[in-house]
Formats: sequence, C-alpha cells, structure tokens
Amino acid sequence: MDFCYMPAHELHRRLAAREISAEELCRAVLERIETVGGKLGSFITVTGDLALEQARAVDKRIASGEEIPILAGIPVAVKDNMCTEGIRTTCGSRILHNFVPPYSAAVVEKILARGMVMVGKTNLDEFAMGSSNENSGFFPASNPWDVDRVPGGSSGGSAVAVAAGQAVVALGSDTGGSIRQPASLCGVVGMKPTYGAVSRYGLVAYASSLDQIGPISRDVTDCALMLNLIAGHDPRDSTSAPGDRPDYTAFLNREIKGLKVGVPKEYMGDGIDPGVRGVVNEALGVISSLGAEIGEASLPHSKYAIPAYYLIATAEASSNLARYDGVSYGYRAEDPGDVVDMYAKTRSRGFGTEVKRRIMLGTYALSAGYYDAYYLKALKVRTLIKRDFDRAFEKFDVLICPTSPTTAFRKGEKMDDPLQMYLSDITTISVNLAGIPGISVPAGFSGGLPVGMQIMGRPFAEGTVLQVAHAFEKNTGHHKKFPSL
Amino acid sequence: MITIAEVEHVALLSRLELTDEEKRMFAEQLSAILEYAGMLDELDTREVPPTAHVLPLRNVFREDIEGAHLPLEKTMQNAPEREGNFFKVPRIV
Repeated sequence: MDFCYMPAHELHRRLAAREISAEELCRAVLERIETVGGKLGSFITVTGDLALEQARAVDKRIASGEEIPILAGIPVAVKDNMCTEGIRTTCGSRILHNFVPPYSAAVVEKILARGMVMVGKTNLDEFAMGSSNENSGFFPASNPWDVDRVPGGSSGGSAVAVAAGQAVVALGSDTGGSIRQPASLCGVVGMKPTYGAVSRYGLVAYASSLDQIGPISRDVTDCALMLNLIAGHDPRDSTSAPGDRPDYTAFLNREIKGLKVGVPKEYMGDGIDPGVRGVVNEALGVISSLGAEIGEASLPHSKYAIPAYYLIATAEASSNLARYDGVSYGYRAEDPGDVVDMYAKTRSRGFGTEVKRRIMLGTYALSAGYYDAYYLKALKVRTLIKRDFDRAFEKFDVLICPTSPTTAFRKGEKMDDPLQMYLSDITTISVNLAGIPGISVPAGFSGGLPVGMQIMGRPFAEGTVLQVAHAFEKNTGHHKKFPSL
Repeated sequence: MITIAEVEHVALLSRLELTDEEKRMFAEQLSAILEYAGMLDELDTREVPPTAHVLPLRNVFREDIEGAHLPLEKTMQNAPEREGNFFKVPRIV
C-alpha cells in the first residue's frame, strides 16, 4: 500500500522501526501534490524545501537513536488562514495575497515543535466564508471523488489534501461546519472541538464567537492524536478555556454498550437527501448492534439556526474584517485619492463577492435601527438553540445525524443563490452556535460519493464523541476506501 | 425590501465601493436573506437573555508584567508603503 494513504499512527510505527524515513515519506507526499495537485487545487502554497528540511531533521533524530514522539515526521497541511511565520498566509483572499506573517499561530507552533512536516498551506473559501471552496480568491478546489464536484468548504483544500494523499493529516477551521462538511464530502474524518478547546491565537478571525480550529485525518485515531497535540489553554487567546485537557486516545477502543445515542428528528427529515439518510440509518444500525441505546431526540429550534447564524457570523465578520484597510499589510489600491478613498478602493478590489455580501449583511444587522431586530434577536435565539442541546444531553450521551444534507454537489450549482448555499450547512451550524464538539466520520457512499455521519457531544466531551466514532470505524471499513485519481 | 439607497448607505459604512450591478445584486440578495431571517420573529424572546459567547468566561486578566514584543522590523515587514518607522498613507485632510 502507498505510504500516502496510511494513517499517521501506522506511519509512526514504520518510522520508528526505520522501515521508511521521514524524507522518503515527505517526498512521496510532495510527489502526490505535484501529480494530482493541479487537478485538485488543494494547495495555495507548497512548502517543499522547508518540508524536506524538517523531515531530514527528524531522520537525524531517529538515526541518533532518539525515540521520536508520535506525529514527528508526519506530513501535515495547514489551512491558509492560520499564520505561519515567514510563509505567505493569504486566507484565500486577494487582499492578503502578499501577506507574510511575522509570527505563527499557536497550533502551527505546536505542530512544528512536535517535528511534524508542514508540506503547505491549503485552499479555502475566502476568509473561510463558504461551503464549496468556490469562493477562493485564487482558484476553486475539486472533489477527489469527482472533480466536477465541490469538495465542500471552507476547509476544502485541507479535506482534499488528506483524501487524495497529499498530506497525512491537516488542520482546518470550523465556524459553521467548515471542517465537518468538507470532511464529509471528501470521505475523511474531521472534528470541530468545543469552542475554547484549541487556541485561536494566529487564526485569522472570521466570526470570533464561533471559530474553532480542528483536525482532518484518515481515521479517528489520528484525529485523537492531533487533538492531543493542539488542544490546551493558551493565555494569548482570551477565549481559550482554562484547565487541562484529557488524553483523548484513552477514549479509543472502549465499548459503547449502554451509551445513549439520540437522533434529532429535525436532522433526519425531508431536507435530507434519501440516499444520505439511508447511509446514516444503516450506520445507526451498526452503532445499535454494538450495544448503544438509540432513541429519538428533538432540537425544536433547529430551523432557526441558519438565520441566527448568518446574522451573528456576518455581524462579527463585518467588525473583524474592518482591519483590512491597506494601511499596514496586505494589498493596497494602486491609485488612491485621499485615505478614505484608499480604504474603499482597497477593500472593493481586494475582497470577493461573498465576503462583500457578508460584510454588507453584518453591517446592516449591526446598524442603527436594526441592531435589536436582527443582531440582538439572533443572540437570543442562539440561547434557545443552546438550551435545546442542553436538554437533549440530559437524556443522551451523544447525538447523531448526517453531517451534510447531500453528498458533494456540482460546481456552480449553488453559486448564484447564496441562500441555497447557506442551507447546505443546516446540520452543522447549530453545533457552532451551541459551542459543542462535533465530528464527521465516513459512514458509507451514496451514488459513488462519500457520506459523513456527524456525532455531537456535550461541551468538552470530545472523548465520548471519539469513543463512539472509533467504535463505529472499527466495525466498518469506509475510511479505508480511497478515490482513484 | 432593501432599497438601492440602503445598500449605498451600508456600503459607505462598510467602506466598500460598489458597482451599479453589485448594488442591484446585493439589494436583491440581502432582501431575500433578511426575509428568510424574518422567521426569527415567530419566536417570543422577551424573557430570553442573549448568548454572545458560550463559555462561562468573564473578563480574563493577566499579570501586568513586561512581555516580549514583535521587533519593529517584523511589524513593518508587510507595509505597503513606509517612511522611516511609519506606515505611510495618502493625505487625510
């Protein structure tokens, strides 16, 4: 089997046993980026030389007899909205096309300190705003299972890279489903941890009360290993949750007998494609056969999640993106009159249509006369959505539903109708509003395209989520199927 | 629902310069999105407190001690235009 399709924990064993070197592994992955990268559009920047240097450093440690830590020498791709010192970080936007961060994000510091091999920065919808990766300011990414279809978004490039063997694991960010939905559409594992579990220091902000960084991987074990590495308190992020994180791998290989699994009826209804629903029902059968008790749950305010989200997220975005003014970094319009003209010209030429649309919507929702009717109203509805989850988790340990209402849709299909595009996040968005953890795991195929199953847990109960995900994975083989490219 | 004049006002607040085509498009699309958002009015939220944030964190304080800074050259390295140690911008008044 090709190295490029092995999970990190298996590769670690082979590195430690000197069956392969980190450099060989790195070269195999870089070759994969080279051969299928053009077709897939998964990377904005490839950091080949740096990656080889990092890989050789790990090989030296192995040669000197050192027992390398898990994940050292493993090729990783990073979504291009996380700052990498000295390496261009574009956020998929023309406005940051030339931005070279003077410091690295907390998660980037952690992967490099571990000796992981960063192979590049992955494509995304501009400023992480989108569900198809078609809003990238540079080029769209393609789904490796069918290149005429979208990979999902916004962390499309990271999901594609893992699915296509262009990285072993990747980092994504998730504001309304941006890790889980592309993971689902590309047939890989993706987790959004509890809000505050992972430091957002150095993550370019989209909607600060919803954004969270998480791993994309081939299997659940790698997800737990990556979470072990990146989770933790960071005083540089004032919304980072204090306290220690558990060893997430301790939850793997545990039985799920007697665990209570709720299936929210609102997420299994008419809005869900019948093929997707069939796959998830079959997956629930597997979980039930492992001894978990499955029952119907209800999240009665679900239908309000999308409007609440798009008011809150855009309001926060309109404020966060005010900083792109052409003054101290990034693109600046070439022919400004006075300074106000420079701001307007820089922003109008630097931002793409979806970003402008969201800034406009958010600014409107926050503007005089509309604040109470839209923004404040949405924050109150957010409370109702959170209470729905609190109530459901009194009865159930985890909740399960499809990650996305459909499999990967065709490119261009939803580009002219932003509302239709927003509706593709219907089952992921409320998880961000409630701040709870959610994972998408490969659950099967419908029409030859991957279907993801979402498992949601109580705040900071990533362990239980991983426990269920791993039990399911061990008893199925969906994560071992790869696209032919 | 959203008029071209309103779009122009919001664009000004957002420091965006829109083409006539964009103004028409945003007027139409923002109207559709806000109409959809109107479903929130079905809910009586008079007694519901807002959730701006999910974590039970209030102010986060740190010790008032000297820390490390980014060196000046690094903070200036992305300047579109600079003069000495200043970011240079077009005239303000």
